[in-house]
Amino acid sequence: MSSFPGSALLLTALFLLFVATTAAGALLAALATRTIRGVCGLALCSVGLAGLYYFLHGPFLALMEILVYVGAVCVTIIFAVMLAEPDEPPVKVKVRGARVWGAGALLVGVAVFWGIAHLSLQGGWRVPEARTTDGSLQAIGVSLLTTYSLAFELISLVLLVAILGALAIARGGRTRA
Amino acid sequence: MNSSLLFEQPTVYLVLAALLLAVGIYGLLRRRTLVGMLIAGELIFSAASLNFMVLNRFYAPDPAVGQVFVLFIMGLAAAEVAVTLSIIIAVYRNYRSIQPEELTELKG
Repeated sequence: MSSFPGSALLLTALFLLFVATTAAGALLAALATRTIRGVCGLALCSVGLAGLYYFLHGPFLALMEILVYVGAVCVTIIFAVMLAEPDEPPVKVKVRGARVWGAGALLVGVAVFWGIAHLSLQGGWRVPEARTTDGSLQAIGVSLLTTYSLAFELISLVLLVAILGALAIARGGRTRA
Repeated sequence: MNSSLLFEQPTVYLVLAALLLAVGIYGLLRRRTLVGMLIAGELIFSAASLNFMVLNRFYAPDPAVGQVFVLFIMGLAAAEVAVTLSIIIAVYRNYRSIQPEELTELKG
C-alpha cells in the first residue's frame, strides 16, 4: 500500500463498484425481456469481472476478458440477434404453467446460490506456505509452453474445428434467392 | 500487505461467483429464446472463471495455473459461442423462428 492517505478507501470503493457492476450486469442479462438488453447486461458483467480480475492480481486476464467477452462474444451475439431475431417484441402467449415454471426456476436458483455460497464460506481452505511462482505474465507463458503445451495445442485445434464447423453449419440451406 | 481490506478477502469473490452461477442457472431455465439461453450459459462460464481466479489468488501454491485454466475457459467459451450461433442461424433459416417451443419436429 502506498502512503497516499485515502488510497485504501478509494480502492475499496472501486472494488465495490466492480462488484456492483458484475452483479447488476448478470441480473440484467438474466431478467431482461429483450434479447439485446441481455447482451448489454453480459457486456456490463464482463467489464465488472475484468476489474475483479485486476484486483485478483491478473491484469493479463482482465485484458483478455475485455478482449474476448466484450469484444468478440458480445459482438458475435449482437450479429446473430440482427440476423435471426424478429424485431418486434415477442407476443405474450399464455403458456400454461409459466408461473409455476418461473417459481421453480427461481427456487432452483436460490437453492444453488445458498448451497454454493455456504459451501465456499465453510470451505476450510488452506493457505499454502510458499508460492512456487509469482503468477506474472512470464510465469503464465512459461507454463503454457511447458506443462500445458498439449492442452494449448488442443485448444487451438478446437478453435479451428469450431470455426470450420460454424461455417459449414451456417452455410447449409442457403439458396440463391 | 494489509489483509483487513475488503478486496483482500476471498469471501466477497466467492459469494459473487455463487451469485453468477445461480443467476445463470435461473436464466437458463427461464429464458424463452435460444440467444437468451446462450447468454445465461456464458454467465455460468463466467462464474467458473471467477472461482478459478479467486482460489488461484488466495489458495494455490502456483498462481499461474488458475490463470492458464481461465484462458482455456475463455477459448472454449468463444468456440462454443461460434458453433451455437451458427446453429441458431441455421435453425432460423429452416423454421423462421428461434423460439425453443416451436422446435418440436422430433417430438412424438
